[in-house]
Amino acid sequence: MTNHSLGEFEELVLLMVAAQHDEAYGVSILENLEEKLNRKVNISAIHVALKRMEDKGFVKSRFGGITEDRGGRRKKFYVITALGKRMLDKQYELRTSIYKKIPKISFG
Amino acid sequence: MYPPKKALTFLRWFCREDCLEEIEGDLTEVFRKEYVHAPRKAKLKYCWRVISYFRPEYIKSFRNHHANTYGMYGSYFKTGWRNLVRNKGYSFINVGGLAMGMTVALLIGLWIYDELSFNKYYANYETIGQVWAGGTDPETSVIEGNVAIQYPVSSVLRNAYQHYFKHVLTAWWITDYTISAGDNKFIKKGEFIDEGVLEMLSLRMLRGTHASLNDPHSIVLSESAAKALFGSDDPMNKTLKIDNRIDVQVTGVYEDIPRNNHFSEVDFFSPWKLWASSNNWIKEAESNWDNRSFNVYVQLQPHTTTDEANAVIHDFYYHNLPNDFIKEAVKYKTFAQIVPMRAWHLYTEFVDGKPVGGGITFIWLFGLVGIFVLLLACINFINLSTARSEKRARETGIRKAIGSVKSQLVGQFLSESFLVVLFAFGLSIMLAVLLLPSFNELADKDIIVPFHSPVFWSGILAFLTITTLLSGLYPAFYLSSFEPARVLKGAIRPGRFAALPRKMLVIVQFSVSVILVIGTLIVYQQIQHARNRPIGYDRQNLISVRMTDPSFRDKYDVVRDELVRTGFVSETAFSDNPLTMAWNNYGGFDWKGKDPNADADFTLCYVSDTYGKAIAWQIVGGRDFDKRLAGDSAAIIVNEAAVKYMNLKDPVGEFVRDARGTKLEIIGVVKDLIMQSPYEPVKQTMFTWNKYASSNIIIRIKDTDRPAEAVAGIEAVFKRIVPTAGFDYQFVDDEYSKKFSQEERIGKLSRIFAVLAIFISGLGLFGLASFVAEQRTKEIGIRKVMGASVLGLVQMLSRDFLLLVVISCFIAVPIAYYFMSRWLEMYQYRVAISGWIFLLTGTGALVITLLTVSVHAVKAALTNPVKSLRSE
Repeated sequence: MTNHSLGEFEELVLLMVAAQHDEAYGVSILENLEEKLNRKVNISAIHVALKRMEDKGFVKSRFGGITEDRGGRRKKFYVITALGKRMLDKQYELRTSIYKKIPKISFG
Repeated sequence: MYPPKKALTFLRWFCREDCLEEIEGDLTEVFRKEYVHAPRKAKLKYCWRVISYFRPEYIKSFRNHHANTYGMYGSYFKTGWRNLVRNKGYSFINVGGLAMGMTVALLIGLWIYDELSFNKYYANYETIGQVWAGGTDPETSVIEGNVAIQYPVSSVLRNAYQHYFKHVLTAWWITDYTISAGDNKFIKKGEFIDEGVLEMLSLRMLRGTHASLNDPHSIVLSESAAKALFGSDDPMNKTLKIDNRIDVQVTGVYEDIPRNNHFSEVDFFSPWKLWASSNNWIKEAESNWDNRSFNVYVQLQPHTTTDEANAVIHDFYYHNLPNDFIKEAVKYKTFAQIVPMRAWHLYTEFVDGKPVGGGITFIWLFGLVGIFVLLLACINFINLSTARSEKRARETGIRKAIGSVKSQLVGQFLSESFLVVLFAFGLSIMLAVLLLPSFNELADKDIIVPFHSPVFWSGILAFLTITTLLSGLYPAFYLSSFEPARVLKGAIRPGRFAALPRKMLVIVQFSVSVILVIGTLIVYQQIQHARNRPIGYDRQNLISVRMTDPSFRDKYDVVRDELVRTGFVSETAFSDNPLTMAWNNYGGFDWKGKDPNADADFTLCYVSDTYGKAIAWQIVGGRDFDKRLAGDSAAIIVNEAAVKYMNLKDPVGEFVRDARGTKLEIIGVVKDLIMQSPYEPVKQTMFTWNKYASSNIIIRIKDTDRPAEAVAGIEAVFKRIVPTAGFDYQFVDDEYSKKFSQEERIGKLSRIFAVLAIFISGLGLFGLASFVAEQRTKEIGIRKVMGASVLGLVQMLSRDFLLLVVISCFIAVPIAYYFMSRWLEMYQYRVAISGWIFLLTGTGALVITLLTVSVHAVKAALTNPVKSLRSE
């Protein structure tokens, strides 16, 4: 029913959610990503990715308290689910296994 | 430090609610951080980001998910029906009042449709017209004119203007003729007109063709006339005699023309040439530009408009009159125009030479009345529904709490109004069908309900929708605007001004009703005023008989002697026109002391010596004609208006010279005789004794209980002496009464409307009063316990309503006064509007209000307080 694939950008966002365990929300993900990637990221892209992953069951969310600098709006915090973690592990394993098959190449 | 408002509003408008919180919050947070560094850039970026969310995933659904709403409507109608049944009295007032209003609107609508469709039977409706000629009176600078045209006009139009006119038809006036088929005689209306008429009117020929009038001795009959004359026999080629002197042969029969058309009263058409050759004076008028006696009908060429034709013939007279007439034409600024067929019926009054007034006024008037009466009924509905809103408030509250949105509730209440309107419409259609015969009689029409016409039904649909919206829209919005939380707590405390719209509507109702009543009373007064006007002779027991048959010539004395011998008749006289008309106007008179520049225009009546005795006119100076005095053949009797007009101190014995120079001695002065409109001043008139005054005989019958017997006796004499002539008689007082028919019709109709208006308004008030009394039951109970008197309570309950009616009287009186004085201005001889009418109407309205309201007030005040206080 649901598509269990994980896009490249989605994977980045999911990694970030997992990294900032229980403290990840739109803006924090945005800032960290921008810092790591060293490029501008559109916040709407992050929201779309989060929404799609929530639909796929990779993350779940909860609302935090009201803060002043958000115009009275609550933060929506994201946490990675077991399924999400498994997905990350699978991706990691896949990449590592392929990576390990790379012969020693010299670029001398 | 705030994000751009418009962008935020836009976001909130389109974004899904479940995502909005997060998005808005994150956006704001980012915005604030950026704002510190570069405020303008931050704003721009914010806007751009908002737009980037405008994608399918975040746009909310704007569709309401009501997959199947039929069940909902079923439920609306069910609750609506239950409400109607539960409050029977209230439903009766609503449905009954609306039905009455709708019946009136329906009947008026049908009447207006009939009036507007006048003459549309003719296929060439758009292109047919009649020639009208007029000019400006140099003294008064009033533009006047009429459709009486000189004979030569038609031949000039036909030959020199054929580029513009397809048909140019000379015609005589539609009048009665005696048609004899063998020994049977019939009085039939006929029109002598050029042969092109059948084609121009595109009459449907049952026998013969459109060329049937080409034979100079032909006659074409209407279907009903053919049936009356010949029964089931074949009418074709039968010979007939018109007025016992013109022989004709039937060459065609046409389908009867429906009643709402010009020429519909005509029973036969005959060629104009035949009429011209049968009357010497017409033959002489063929090249006479001095005699305006004829009608000229035209049909325009295709692609020619009335305006084009009018532009061309405006100066017709300057181009075509013989030289010796030009000076006169210039003096009077003579001009000609085509009056198009579409103006013939509704625009018969000319102002400044243009057809602008007439029946169309009544279309507007009755149209307005219809709308107002319907409005009154709608107001009842509005008032009763809003007043009773408390009863429905809880329902509204629950529906809203369950999840109805306002638009659904509006739909529900509107469908309830539609239900009521539908019921009322069913009733009103029945009522209309029942009332139509009497309405037709009253309005002098042949209207039927066009049940098979799709136009009618689409009109009805529009009518129902409008009525529903008119009566249901306000209550629907009012009732659906309650706040559920407050309503369900049981606390709807209507504000001080909640009843204000209701009160204003009651004021509107009563203002309209009072205006209608005042109008009716004034119309009635005006008719009575004109009826009671002294007419200068005794119109009772007078019979007027037409004698156009040439066989009457030389038999006047015999007729007279024989009539007197029957014993029914006390006096007879002859005259050239009936008593209720004056046809002949002559100018060119001269007398001592006349202003040489003034027109000298008189009505002239040729009468026999016994005329005065027969009609019992009143001589105020001088004497009547005397047969024994030979000089009296050159004598005249004038009316008082003529004395005033000639400005003579001592008229008797003065001489007047006519246009030929003949000296006429004034031997007597009589009181003004009203021969024409009873609303206008009497024109200066001369009566001259003339042996050939012969086209009418006026017979005074002795006072009798059985006038029919007298008529039979008189008819026998006519039949014996002149067997060839038809007996065409009228009672003078009947003819005189016909002068009032138009006004009486308006009077009767407005009386009915006024009564209905008052009734509907009263009905509404009745409902409101019952509601108020019911609402204040407890209050009344407590007041009674505290010692209030019944009278005091009745006063308390009625005061509010009476105040409203008093206010409406003050509104209605000036409006009614303004319109009625304008209406009265149409009449020269008119009643003065007196204050007591307003007083009477006002008092009447108050009394009616008091009666209506006090029924409930008294009932409420008499109730035992124990009963009213115990409940709950």
